[in-house]
Amino acid sequence: MKPAAFDYVRAESLEEVLDVLANEGTDARVLAGGQTLIPMLSMRMARPSVVIDIMRLPGLDRIEGAEGTIRVGAAVRQRHVEQYANLVSSQPLLAAALPWVGHAQTRHRGTVCGSVAHADPSAELPLVLITLKGEIELRSRRGSRRVAAESFFIGIMSTDCGVDEMIEAVRFPIARAGVGYAFREIGRRHGDFAIVACAATVDARTARLAIGGVADRPTVRDLPLPGDPGLDDALDAFAWDLEARDDLHATAEYRRQLVRRLGRQTLEEAARCRD
Amino acid sequence: MPRLSASSQHRIRFTLNGRLVSGFAEPRMLLSDFIRHVIGATGTHVGCEHGVCGACTVQIDGAPARSCIMLAVQAEGADIRTVEGLAPPTRLSPLQNAFRDNYGLQCGFCTPGILMSLDALLRDRPDATEPEIREVLSGHLCRCTGYGSIVKAALAAARRLREESPHA
Repeated sequence: MKPAAFDYVRAESLEEVLDVLANEGTDARVLAGGQTLIPMLSMRMARPSVVIDIMRLPGLDRIEGAEGTIRVGAAVRQRHVEQYANLVSSQPLLAAALPWVGHAQTRHRGTVCGSVAHADPSAELPLVLITLKGEIELRSRRGSRRVAAESFFIGIMSTDCGVDEMIEAVRFPIARAGVGYAFREIGRRHGDFAIVACAATVDARTARLAIGGVADRPTVRDLPLPGDPGLDDALDAFAWDLEARDDLHATAEYRRQLVRRLGRQTLEEAARCRD
Repeated sequence: MPRLSASSQHRIRFTLNGRLVSGFAEPRMLLSDFIRHVIGATGTHVGCEHGVCGACTVQIDGAPARSCIMLAVQAEGADIRTVEGLAPPTRLSPLQNAFRDNYGLQCGFCTPGILMSLDALLRDRPDATEPEIREVLSGHLCRCTGYGSIVKAALAAARRLREESPHA
C-alpha cells in the first residue's frame, strides 16, 4: 500500500498553514504525528493534493496550564502528555486513558490533537475530552473559535472543524476536588481499537458516563449515582440508545452488555476514587 | 515555506546508525521504503504497511516508531537507528545474542522491529519487568514463537546488561 501523489508543505509559521488551508482547504490535510493520516493515505481513504506538516512550527509543541485546563498544542505528542509532570493528580482520567491509546510505539509520534481531529468513534482521547467537558481551539484565516467537545464530534471521523480550519490546541479541564475519575476498556488485545471504552466522573450529586466504540461518535450521559436503584435501568436505556451494530469485532448484543456491565464498573470505580 | 511538489524527487538527509545519509524521494514515499530501497539498508522489514504489525519499527530520535507510517520527507534531519546499528557487522549485541540463546525467533521476519523496541526499553529501563516487556511487545505481531521465548530472551538480555554494567 502506497499513498497517491501529493505536494508536501513543511510549514514554518502558522500563517503559512492557514494560507494553504484557506486556498486549498478541501484538497489539503494537516499532518502532525501521522499515525492515522499516513495509513489513511496508504489505504487511499484520504487523497489530498497537499499535505501540510505542522511539526516544525514554533510554539505548537507546548503543553501548559491555562485557565483551569491542561492546554495541549497541536504538535504535542501523546508520549509527552504521558510524561507531563503530575498528570495523575492534575487530570487522572487523561492519565488513565493514555496507556490505552495505540501502542507505546505509536504514542511516540502520534499527537493528542491529531487523534481528536481524526475522531474515530472508538478513540480514547475524544472520549476523555467529552467526559471532562473539554474544548477544541480552532484557527483559520477567518479567526479563532473554541468549540465544546460535546458539539465538536458529529459522526464517524467527522467533526465541526471546517475545511479551512486547523486544531490549534485542545483543553482538558484539570481535576476538581471531590470528583472521582475512572476509565475502562475492552478490546481484543491491548492497543487494538476499543470494542467498548468507558470514561466516568462522579461527584456528590452527579454521575457522568461516556461511551466510545458503540455509536458513531463518543457519547456522554448523566446517570443516577452508583447505589441508586435506578442506575441499572438507566444504563440499559443508554445501551439501547447508542444503536450498537454487529461488526467483525463484536456483536451489537455484546456491546450493549459491555455498556451495562463495564459502564457500571467504571462508575463504581469513579465513585470509589472520589476524594 | 518549502513546498515539495508531488511529481519531483527531493533530497532527504538524516543520520542512519550514526552515519549521515541522503537520497531522493517523492513526498509520498514512506520512510520504510526510503530506508530499504533508496538507502539500501534492508534489515528493516515491511509487513502490513499500515502501522499494525510492528515489523518496520526503527528508533527515531531514540524512540521506537513504525517507519511505514512515516513519510521519508518527515525524517529530514532526524537521527534514525535500525537493526544494522545494534552491533558491528559479524557481531551480535547482547540483546541479539539473548534472542539466539533463547529461541526468541523462528522465521525472523518480525525480529528487527522487536529488537529495536526492546533495545530502547532496556536502555531506558535496565530493570524492565515482564509486564513492561509484554506491554512493549504488544506493539508487535509474531506468528511463530507465541511470544514466550521472546519474553524469556528479553529478560535474559536485561540480566546480562545489568551484569555488564552493574553501576548503570
